[in-house]
Amino acid sequence: MWTRILALIVKEFLALLKDPRSRSVLVVPPLIQLIVFGYAASFELKEIPFAVYNQDRGAISRDFEATFVGAPAFRRVATITDDSQIAPLIDSRQAMLVVRIGQRFSADLLSGDSAPVQLIVDGRNSNTAMIATNYVNSIVNRFNEDWIEARGQPEMPARLEVRAWFNPNLDSHWYFIPGIIGMLALVTTIMVTAMTVAREREQGTFDQLLVTPLRPGEILLGKALPGFLIGMVQGTVILLITVLWFEVPLRGSLTALYAGLALFLLSGVGVGLLISSLAVTQQQGLLGAFMFMVPAITLSGFATPIANMPEFVQAVTLIDPLRYFLIILRKVFLEGAGFDVLTAQLWPMALIGTCSLALASWLFRHRMY
Amino acid sequence: MSDLALPVLVAESLTKTFVSGTQRSEALKAVSFAIRPGAVTGLIGPDGAGKTTLMRLAAGLLVPDAGSVQALGLDSTRDSLAVQAALGYMPQRFGLYEDLSAQENLDLYADLQGVPKAVRSERYAELMHMTGLAPFVDRLAGRLSGGMKQKLGLACTLVRPPRLLLLDEPTVGVDPVSRRELWAIVDRLVGEEGMSVLLSTAYLDEAERCSEVIVLHQGRILDQGPPGAMSARMAGRTWSITAAGRGKRDLQMRLARTHGVVDALVQGERIRLVSEGTQIPDALGTLLAGEGATITPVPPRFEDYVIDLLREPGAGAQDPIPVGAAAAANSAVDPSRLTALPQDPDVARDADGHESPAVIHVRELVRRFGDFQAVAGVSFEVRRGEIFGLLGANGAGKSTTFRILCGLLPASAGHVEVAGHDLRHAAASARARIGYMAQKFSQYGNLSVGQNLVFFAKAYGLDGEKRAERLAWAEAEFDLARYREQLAGELPLGYKQRLAMACALMHEPEILFLDEPTSGVDPLARREFWQRINALAVAGVTVLVTTHFMEEAEYCDRLLIMAAGRILTMGEPAAIKAGARSPGHPDPSMEEAFIRQVEEAA
Amino acid sequence: MKRLRDWLRRPRVMRVSALVRKEFLQIVRDPSSIAIAFLMPLFLLLLFGYGVSLDADHVPVAFVAEQPGADTEDFRSSLAGSHYFALKTLPTMPEAEQALRRGKVNAIVRLRANFGEELRRSDGAPIQLIVNGVDANTARLNQGYVEGAWGNWLMRRAASLGVDMKVPVQLEQRIWFNSELKSRNFLVPGLVAIIMTLIGALLTALVMAREWERGTLEALLVTPVSMSEILLGKIVAYFTLGTGGMLLTVALAVWLFEVPLRGSFWLLWTCASLFLLAALGMGLTISTVSRSQFVAGQIAIIGTFLPAFLLSGFIFDIDSMPAPIQAVTHLVVARYFVSIVQTLFLAGDVWAVVLPNALALVLMAVIFLGITWRKSKKRLE
Repeated sequence: MWTRILALIVKEFLALLKDPRSRSVLVVPPLIQLIVFGYAASFELKEIPFAVYNQDRGAISRDFEATFVGAPAFRRVATITDDSQIAPLIDSRQAMLVVRIGQRFSADLLSGDSAPVQLIVDGRNSNTAMIATNYVNSIVNRFNEDWIEARGQPEMPARLEVRAWFNPNLDSHWYFIPGIIGMLALVTTIMVTAMTVAREREQGTFDQLLVTPLRPGEILLGKALPGFLIGMVQGTVILLITVLWFEVPLRGSLTALYAGLALFLLSGVGVGLLISSLAVTQQQGLLGAFMFMVPAITLSGFATPIANMPEFVQAVTLIDPLRYFLIILRKVFLEGAGFDVLTAQLWPMALIGTCSLALASWLFRHRMY
Repeated sequence: MSDLALPVLVAESLTKTFVSGTQRSEALKAVSFAIRPGAVTGLIGPDGAGKTTLMRLAAGLLVPDAGSVQALGLDSTRDSLAVQAALGYMPQRFGLYEDLSAQENLDLYADLQGVPKAVRSERYAELMHMTGLAPFVDRLAGRLSGGMKQKLGLACTLVRPPRLLLLDEPTVGVDPVSRRELWAIVDRLVGEEGMSVLLSTAYLDEAERCSEVIVLHQGRILDQGPPGAMSARMAGRTWSITAAGRGKRDLQMRLARTHGVVDALVQGERIRLVSEGTQIPDALGTLLAGEGATITPVPPRFEDYVIDLLREPGAGAQDPIPVGAAAAANSAVDPSRLTALPQDPDVARDADGHESPAVIHVRELVRRFGDFQAVAGVSFEVRRGEIFGLLGANGAGKSTTFRILCGLLPASAGHVEVAGHDLRHAAASARARIGYMAQKFSQYGNLSVGQNLVFFAKAYGLDGEKRAERLAWAEAEFDLARYREQLAGELPLGYKQRLAMACALMHEPEILFLDEPTSGVDPLARREFWQRINALAVAGVTVLVTTHFMEEAEYCDRLLIMAAGRILTMGEPAAIKAGARSPGHPDPSMEEAFIRQVEEAA
Repeated sequence: MKRLRDWLRRPRVMRVSALVRKEFLQIVRDPSSIAIAFLMPLFLLLLFGYGVSLDADHVPVAFVAEQPGADTEDFRSSLAGSHYFALKTLPTMPEAEQALRRGKVNAIVRLRANFGEELRRSDGAPIQLIVNGVDANTARLNQGYVEGAWGNWLMRRAASLGVDMKVPVQLEQRIWFNSELKSRNFLVPGLVAIIMTLIGALLTALVMAREWERGTLEALLVTPVSMSEILLGKIVAYFTLGTGGMLLTVALAVWLFEVPLRGSFWLLWTCASLFLLAALGMGLTISTVSRSQFVAGQIAIIGTFLPAFLLSGFIFDIDSMPAPIQAVTHLVVARYFVSIVQTLFLAGDVWAVVLPNALALVLMAVIFLGITWRKSKKRLE
């Protein structure tokens, strides 16, 4: 039995890797994508373009202005001298923020009154807008604290001490890069498996396989293992890059991580083969792959937290294997989790994998034209 | 010379080489010819001879490396658009859009060819009348049978009547009835519309319908002229032999190996023989002495000429290998059993003279696709060591029956038993007892020959010494050793077929399923193939074969002809032919008998 | 009228329209392309419109008062008043830490045992906030909300004590275009771009390769049809399909999700058409270059969705990416269209945004269609 399965696996590998085009498709793009996406995926804002409209001539307003100019997250693109200049700057996306300091800014401050400062934000991307306002808020808060201290005004009765666990600098790369590992693993397994059966059907070789003594389960194993092994190797390379190049800390149990990767690949391969055995033509295989992949990625919690979704959508995400793997990746990498915390994530993937593989192997023999 | 008499297609030292990677293959080597107008010219040759390349060059789809080709006075390479507007070309795999209906396909090509709307209805009516497709215009092209597809393809090519029509293997995979209809259309086009037709084919009997043929082999023209004149050169060298005391298959195998014999074929109860000279070879006399043999001269056929041409040294025929010797090395064929064979194996009997037990049982087999009954209650049995032919028009249900027997398709009702099992539900080990060779090449094209062999050996569970032994056997028997490292997809067709057969026989199956195994294969390779099949049958392997070659039907022990999902007739070839005998046709050919059967049913 | 009829009878027009009709029939008869063109957009829009959101609500936060009293209760109520938090009061810190590790809560607010006393001392009482930093973005938002609640509490407390406490600099925010900061308003228009990338590039990625593999191209090539007519036929058909998908998504965005469309619809239509041309060009290029459905499929999987999702500015801000990555994003067709769509929907007809991006789309379309045209000669080699 093992001879037969081994023969199938060797054959699948040869078929995948012999063609230089398909070989390079498997190796190069995931690495490029990891690097590019790794740098691209971040909610940190850098060099937020802003403009200042300072109607006050006082020295304090200039100090206030300077706190922005000095901040690394901001880049001043213009200095405004008239109201009418604001709209064009924002509309054309040259500036994301306009800070407008009123005429009485210094006077108000000196007299102990609140000095209003207007912040105009481009809300087209509400998420960026919110992050940018947060940045401005913290700059203003610091200015206020310094001002109070310098003026010897009564201190606040309570202060907030903030600590962030697992990711003290709140670096969102640490959040996204482990997520990219999961995403790329999904893309690779689906890519390797989703069109294979349909291709063999179109080329007639599948019939040839079915008349050999190979059992459907063996054919399934032969089809599943190459995708699985390629996913494992690729996953390992990507893990190394994540740790060594992007320097994301890997705090938890490596075995737990690999158990997660293995079960995730199992479920990915299972769904891929299921699509593949349902498809009559390669086109249907490809489109099926997309019908699965796009929602699987958008609903996985990769970019937008699952907790923010309404109840019924959260229920849908329960059949998305990527959802579980992302949790595992982030928990193991950043929170240092081990098996004890992760069982709740492991068994659903095993279940998805087993069900889809069983269904796929049943379809091998029962879906015929 | 009048304009009409000018050749419609002229090629001058036409050369074309394809390069893929490090592989160079010369498809055409300095080919020159001219084709007369108003006639059917046949382009005869096996697959890989360069027929398709020649057609594509003529249609301006390829650019020649050297030489030129002119169609209707225009240079096909420089004025390709003008040439394409003037001629009609039907590629081998005609590009019907399978998800469009027949009418929609016709409309598409009418628009593309710029046929004015006003004349369309008249033209459509003509074409429908010609092809008999009128009842099927609303059916999706993908749902039409193979023969109807070809006719529809032809109709699409003809929506705007061209002066020159190029048909690339229009009859491949088409049943004899549809084939005859296609030929009737072609003859009508030439006779009534004055069209010039260049038609390529691998069926040698079709050459005789052409007014002139070009014999193409490995990129070279071996001969050009009227087929009758070619056959005539073989006059006095063709014989028909019967030997009462011997099995036809055994006799054929011996005759084929006899010195001075160019060709020996089983034809019904007789052996058809082509000798090297006009004398009966001496060796034959000794061989047949005391067998009660009769030898009568028969008129030559075009095929005899081609075989003779290919067997000539220097014709570059694919190295024929002594099949008999290699077959003896096939451990499935036990040499001792071969010699101990009963004298009359026409009805398969075991050594004690009893009829062999049936190994395939089919009772009341039904297969439905939706409302459509593809197989409507078929029952038959195949005995051990029998070569059993499954024939039928396209869409008659023979492929469906075949696939059900192999376990590739479930039956809707009825009982199927192959080697004691229903393969669909049987344990995998039961499948180890059958071999299967698909209609189209279905080994892994992107794996090398060696990798394919090893894969199938392992898939059949062979290991250790046994595997090494069978691999060595396969490479020797099918002469595959020198292609070991080559990609299977890049093999010449004859070798693809050998590889497929090697894979199917790797595990020494008891039953062999062959689905149109020889379509497109050159006549020499076909003979070699059938010699092997014969040797296997003699050794007790049961062979179930589907075919559209009526010649091949004659090689079978028994035939089953299907139509509309039912059995039309079943029996030995001679009996079937006898059934078609009539005063007008005292000695009908298998093809005539088949057509008669099918037409009577319809 | 007569002119039109004559025009329609011209051979070239007849050929192209026949090819377009053929493509349509093929699309209609293959359920999978219809699914990609209409069901997928519907599905994705509903998911994004209703499902995916960056706006958090009821974030679970643990509240630990080591010595509960009036002061801690006062602070707790200020947190509990916000719909943003779902407070879980836990008695001890280890329990809260445990809950954070298990993912039951996203943050811990801890008031030490001597909170009440320290409040009345001069250097102020520390309020400890521990956030789970794994999801840095959410962590930062959580922190911002706690800070807000803290500020409100301070003001209220000062007022109740009769102290005139004034914040020196008072920030007034004005969010333009999307005053409620609804993430749906920016996700849905961006999704129009993603969906159209899929329709445009994915559906066409296989069409040429399929004609090669099935042998239908050979039959087309020997008719008087030219290669550009074959390509034109495909472009027109899939362009129409894509426009249908675009109208569907825009209609859903405006009427179902009530995203304001402030710019001109016709300008949106024009830009979408340019974008479709570029996306179709990309698909046809993949298809023509690979000639095999398998490889074309693999390239399409890698090359269309993920780049459009991650590198178009749909989710991640392009200006904040490192310069080399920003350079890479210029190759992503969706990037230009995302920018246009977000502006046209939320800001209006801002030519300073629309014009350069539209020009980039024209350029991409010309490049891709040019490659396709150059690569597909009317020969079989």
